Amino acid sequence: MTFVSKPAVHHPKLKLNELGLNRRDYEGSLSTLCAGCGHDSVSAAITLACSELSLPPHRFAKISGIGCSSKTPSYFLGKSHGFNSVHGRMPSVATGTNLANSSLHLIGVSGDGDSASIGLGQFAHIVRRRINMLYIVDNNGTYGLTKGQFSATNDQGSTSKKGVPNLYAPIDLVSMALQLGATFVARSFSGDKAQLVPLIKAALMHPGFAFIDVISPCVAFNNHEGSTKSYGYVRDHDSQVVAADLVMHRDEITADYAPGEREDITMPDGSCLRLRKLSADYDPRDRLLASNYIMQKAAIGEIVTGLLYIDPAASDCHTIMNTTTQPLSELDESVLCPGATVLSEINSSFR
Amino acid sequence: MKPTNILDPNYFHKVVDCQWACPAHTPVPEYIRLIAQRRYTEAYMLNWDSNVFPGILGRTCDRPCEPACRRVRTEEKPVAICRLKRVAADHKGDIQHYLPQVPEKKNGKRVALLGAGPASLAVARDLLPMGYEVHIFDREKAGGGMMRSQIPAFRLPQTVLNEEVDLVLDMGVDVHFEYEIDSMRDMLDKEFDAYFVGTGAPRGRNLEIPGREESGKHISIGIDWLSSVAFEHIDKIAGKVIVLGGGNTAMDCCRTSRRLGAESVHVVVRSGFDVMKASDWEKEDAMAEGIPIINNRPPLEFVHDNGKLKGILFQCVEQVEDENGRLKSVPTGEPDVFMEADHVLMAIGQENYCPWIERDLGIEFDRWDCPILNTETLQSTRDNVFFGGDSAFGPENIIQASAHAHQAAISIDLFCSGKDLLKDRPAYGLRLRSSKMGMHEWAYDSEYDGSVRHLVPHVDPSITLKDIKVEVELGFDEKLGLKEAQRCLNCDVQTVFTEQLCIECDACVDICPMDCITFTPNAEEEVLRTTLMASADNVEQDLYVSAPLATERVMVKDEDVCLHCGLCAERCPTNAWDMQTSIINIPSLAEPSLPRARGVQIMPGKNDSTPRTAKL
Repeated sequence: MTFVSKPAVHHPKLKLNELGLNRRDYEGSLSTLCAGCGHDSVSAAITLACSELSLPPHRFAKISGIGCSSKTPSYFLGKSHGFNSVHGRMPSVATGTNLANSSLHLIGVSGDGDSASIGLGQFAHIVRRRINMLYIVDNNGTYGLTKGQFSATNDQGSTSKKGVPNLYAPIDLVSMALQLGATFVARSFSGDKAQLVPLIKAALMHPGFAFIDVISPCVAFNNHEGSTKSYGYVRDHDSQVVAADLVMHRDEITADYAPGEREDITMPDGSCLRLRKLSADYDPRDRLLASNYIMQKAAIGEIVTGLLYIDPAASDCHTIMNTTTQPLSELDESVLCPGATVLSEINSSFR
Repeated sequence: MKPTNILDPNYFHKVVDCQWACPAHTPVPEYIRLIAQRRYTEAYMLNWDSNVFPGILGRTCDRPCEPACRRVRTEEKPVAICRLKRVAADHKGDIQHYLPQVPEKKNGKRVALLGAGPASLAVARDLLPMGYEVHIFDREKAGGGMMRSQIPAFRLPQTVLNEEVDLVLDMGVDVHFEYEIDSMRDMLDKEFDAYFVGTGAPRGRNLEIPGREESGKHISIGIDWLSSVAFEHIDKIAGKVIVLGGGNTAMDCCRTSRRLGAESVHVVVRSGFDVMKASDWEKEDAMAEGIPIINNRPPLEFVHDNGKLKGILFQCVEQVEDENGRLKSVPTGEPDVFMEADHVLMAIGQENYCPWIERDLGIEFDRWDCPILNTETLQSTRDNVFFGGDSAFGPENIIQASAHAHQAAISIDLFCSGKDLLKDRPAYGLRLRSSKMGMHEWAYDSEYDGSVRHLVPHVDPSITLKDIKVEVELGFDEKLGLKEAQRCLNCDVQTVFTEQLCIECDACVDICPMDCITFTPNAEEEVLRTTLMASADNVEQDLYVSAPLATERVMVKDEDVCLHCGLCAERCPTNAWDMQTSIINIPSLAEPSLPRARGVQIMPGKNDSTPRTAKL
């Protein structure tokens, strides 16, 4: 961490987005995480993605649980709403937030401890409930705040800083999300913004539950030789399958791809999600293939990253339950309390 | 691009924009830090070593450092470097114990300095501690040259001038004042071991238009007139005054006229306001005293009645860009304008003029009557004669004169010791020293200060306009000076990157407030400049490129708008970034007055193959 805050002064030629804001307007307060923490890069990637999408920075709700990762919502989108909730309970608070006000862009930030241990049940159910949100796990395989114990996502055989190996097989949140029916599943690396920023943009525009597992090294406790979640290890074992670029409808399409390498998916807002296959034997629309592929690669020590699965025809919780998408705070009394006549009609329908 | 060689002293020197722009390469951020620590005496001495006249320059310098200041690029207004120099001079304590020792026993070599202006005085300062016997010749009765004769007292009080001139003279110069130098041959007959010509550019340009000769007694050459005022031969000017010219001399002429009782004063300039040679602040000061500046009016004729000046007839022009983008004056077709005048001061430029140097002495001159010199050694075509200041390459300024003097003194010393002036010349060096003192602790105020430039308070015009000897500027008081000192970005505390330590975590990229740092595949410079976090359009500023990293990418840092805030180094988990204070060793004959901060000497100061900086 630093004690000197980042000054407000910025590059004189910093680009403005469609709202007339620059990237710095999407930042939050001074990070108190360790210097070099991957989580700060994830926050920077979110900042960049939101600014590039020209989304109004005050129309976000950031929900988190407990842990290093869950501190990060303070460090981006400083002008928006936030709720730093109870350990493992981010999904409940996020669900409530979305039901009460679906007009806010919803970002949930959690960690491997928060989502894969204490909050695993909550994680399973928010995936199942298809809440329209971006769910990011800052995954470093360790409990940083309590000085470096193995977390549930730590790979078997990976060692602690003192050389003790982990005895248990890891929980793979990406495979779980696929199995539980998530409609947007991606994995990325905090040290690769070229991949991460477009994924966050695509996830924010996805009309359903979007999950991104970001391997985000813990510099203090899990960035050593025996770790499988260090900067060096992830770079050496990264296997990128599908790159995603969100092409806004106003942007000119200039890149030229060979047929079969490229697939465009039109998003609900008219923008276009452009997928580029980096691996010929991979199809991000095939849930079964994705699951198998990830497990096969994991077995040989490779970390599959990129947009792993997408269902363009996704639906969200409000659609499934046929609930109002209008924020509850905007519903007036006549809607909330339609009167005795309507009540008697309802009652009579049950007779 | 190839990895940047940060061990080349010029690389980090160039990052210190102010020091690089200063002809004498004054270590500006270092003395501003001393001011911030209220160590005014040390700040003064650091300046004195570089430029010899900190009190004078703190009031009168042309300030090439200020337009170069990084803050011009990060916000708008530069640090008030010049006025901070004055703060050091105004608040300094006793400097005696810092002054160089002049040996009682001389080294047997005698050097003649012709002219007692800034260039000669600075040469004397450098040579005396080496044991040289130094003689200064000047036609005036006091030393200082143009600093005395051309800069009015309301800008430079005599006490300040005398103090700094006497400081040098009192080191043991043999002075020969009121000595009319009219023959170089006679001088050479005196058989000094070396001669330094620092006689300035003493001739004001004349304007040959109709009526000039007839009305001659109402027309004065600006610098001659200012000189007469300075030596108190003239103490008033009557009637309507027109000052012709747009340089700093014109500004001094008009403001002096205003104080000597002129009924009205106008400055008339042949070109546009923006292209006037005068510094912005001098124009502002003149206008603040109610003196109109009239532009785009080239004079056509001095109108007179039997030798009694009536006024000047001016043409009306406008500035038009020609096909090469250069401005040129084009008549507007409006009728010519007549302006009444009882006295005209011509301040339309100065030129070199050395009729007293006989042309058969082996000292060759070019067609502009400037001596032919080696630009690095300042040696003329006669090996024991050196030139410096305005007499070398034409009119410049005081700071340039002291820069010349340091080089000339080195040359004279090499020459008198029978060494080669180029091969044996001391080289530029660089020392780096980490400024890390502990966790989040740096040996400098790293935090960015966003305050805007502080204004120097002035004495009320009702007082200054009545008395030519009242200094207009009050200078910063201690409180304002300390505030202004905080605006300095400490550009000499360098961001030093060690590839081997970097784990490419992006922390520095994320925290950099100015988007200076990018990790990217390597490419040619033109390509790299457009693909960085923020496009690096200012090609004057270098890109700092690392060797390839583990991912085969390189770190590229655009030096252009870096705040030197040290956040990259604070955020770096592996100390791949470090903030290191760079000390550029500028070759000088004189030993430094201050024990400079210790550091790792990366480049030996002498006799190595380091390229000498291209700038003099």
